[in-house]
Amino acid sequence: MAKYLLLKHYRGAPAPVNDVPMDRWTPEEISAHVQYMNDFAARLERTGEFVDSQALAPEGTFVRYDGEGRPPVTDGPFAETKDLIAGWMVIDVDSQERAVELAGELSAAPGAGGKPIHEWLEVRPFLTAPPTITE
Amino acid sequence: MDEAALRSLTPSVLAVLVRRGADFAAAEDAVQDALVEAVRVWPARPPRDAKGWLITVAWRKFLDATRADAARRRREDLVDREPVPGPAPAADDTLQLYFLCAHPSLTPSSAVALTLRAVGGLTTRQIAQAYLVPEATMAQRISRAKRAVSDVRFDRPGDVATVLRVLYLVFNEGYSGDVDLAAEAIRLTRRLAAAIDHPEVAGLLALMLLHHARRATRTAPDGSLVPLAEQDRGRWDTELIAEGVGILQAALARDRLGEFQAQAAIAALHADAPTAGETDWVQIVEWYDELVRLTDSPVVRLNRAVAVGEADGPRAGLAALAALDDSLPRHTAVAAHLHERDGDLATAARLYAEAAHKAPDLAERDYLTRRAARLNARRCR
Repeated sequence: MAKYLLLKHYRGAPAPVNDVPMDRWTPEEISAHVQYMNDFAARLERTGEFVDSQALAPEGTFVRYDGEGRPPVTDGPFAETKDLIAGWMVIDVDSQERAVELAGELSAAPGAGGKPIHEWLEVRPFLTAPPTITE
Repeated sequence: MDEAALRSLTPSVLAVLVRRGADFAAAEDAVQDALVEAVRVWPARPPRDAKGWLITVAWRKFLDATRADAARRRREDLVDREPVPGPAPAADDTLQLYFLCAHPSLTPSSAVALTLRAVGGLTTRQIAQAYLVPEATMAQRISRAKRAVSDVRFDRPGDVATVLRVLYLVFNEGYSGDVDLAAEAIRLTRRLAAAIDHPEVAGLLALMLLHHARRATRTAPDGSLVPLAEQDRGRWDTELIAEGVGILQAALARDRLGEFQAQAAIAALHADAPTAGETDWVQIVEWYDELVRLTDSPVVRLNRAVAVGEADGPRAGLAALAALDDSLPRHTAVAAHLHERDGDLATAARLYAEAAHKAPDLAERDYLTRRAARLNARRCR
């Protein structure tokens, strides 16, 4: 019973095997991809392992505090930012092995030519609540 | 009747339906429906016989659902052989439910969810909130679990150890939420202890009570962790401690030692020390030796190294630690603690920071970071 984040990157992960950008796919290939993702989430809901799934716009704004009484400073996006998150899925599973297994399945989502993308997904455990019994 | 008392009737009502021939999954749904109706109706019209009312309503719900399923023939069969409402079901039925919900074919998370619902009488929403997952996900987890055990025969005794592991998980993974899972685990373990005479059940109950007694002192008002040695012992719950110690002593007297009794014995020795300095670490090490013998768990060996460090000095603790795999969770944190006690503050500070980086939970990470920061500040002065 532990939550994991399966993190999908626009940028910052190693190149996938089937490395064709989505705008070069056929419309049918895009549909097949979206369908795969939806089916995957629906299947995890049925197994009682789904928590959340969200996608993020590629462009955002950097914001920081600029002192009392002043509006926050905004900047960016920065072209040099190495890591760009595309979206995530949060799962609640019994083991790290299960989290890796599911990430592997998600990475098999079809891309160009209907072939699996083999995309690198980052699997990150959530920090948990502290256990009661530690001694 | 309050909600806890209402929920405590769940397993016996469920057991009656199953005895009457309802399959487990449908019976469980019907009991949930009856509980919901009880919460709605009872404030205005409290029944004279709460359990009888629940059985009647749950059975009707079950028949309605069966009817809706168009399983008319089966329903008629069931109506034909509906037994007269008889004496209350034996504790034995409750016990069978515990076994079923902790069945080895279930994953730990499924067994936990099913136990909380079918034995604990919690709603799916409450369980979902407790474990911070969407209600739809928890509903699916529970219905899959019910399907997985639907073919298990209800009349065969199970393994108590599997039930204890599930209850331990409920107690120990204390997520915050609407439901007090630690209190719920204690309630379920108490009922199990009433239904079966087994020293390890008593051992687990004692372990829970002894740890629950310290609960108020385990975190500071800002939510940060307070280590055992720094807890305000005057605020430990002496009633829970007395009860836990009593249960443990009775269990140990039967001379069938198990891991939960040994863990409870360690907790009892901590509870017994008026100050941290008066802790009987020598005896605690002896209990860890028993635990190593019983479980051969690397985590136990790690905790034993801490105890050795207290009993025989930090060098002895570090020697015990050196024999263990340093990839163990909390290994670095223990090493940091022992180096600090040994006066090697530079090493301790470095190891605390490293341990914080690897900590699996937020409160522990913050604690270890503070520890590193404090040592670094002291060294810079």
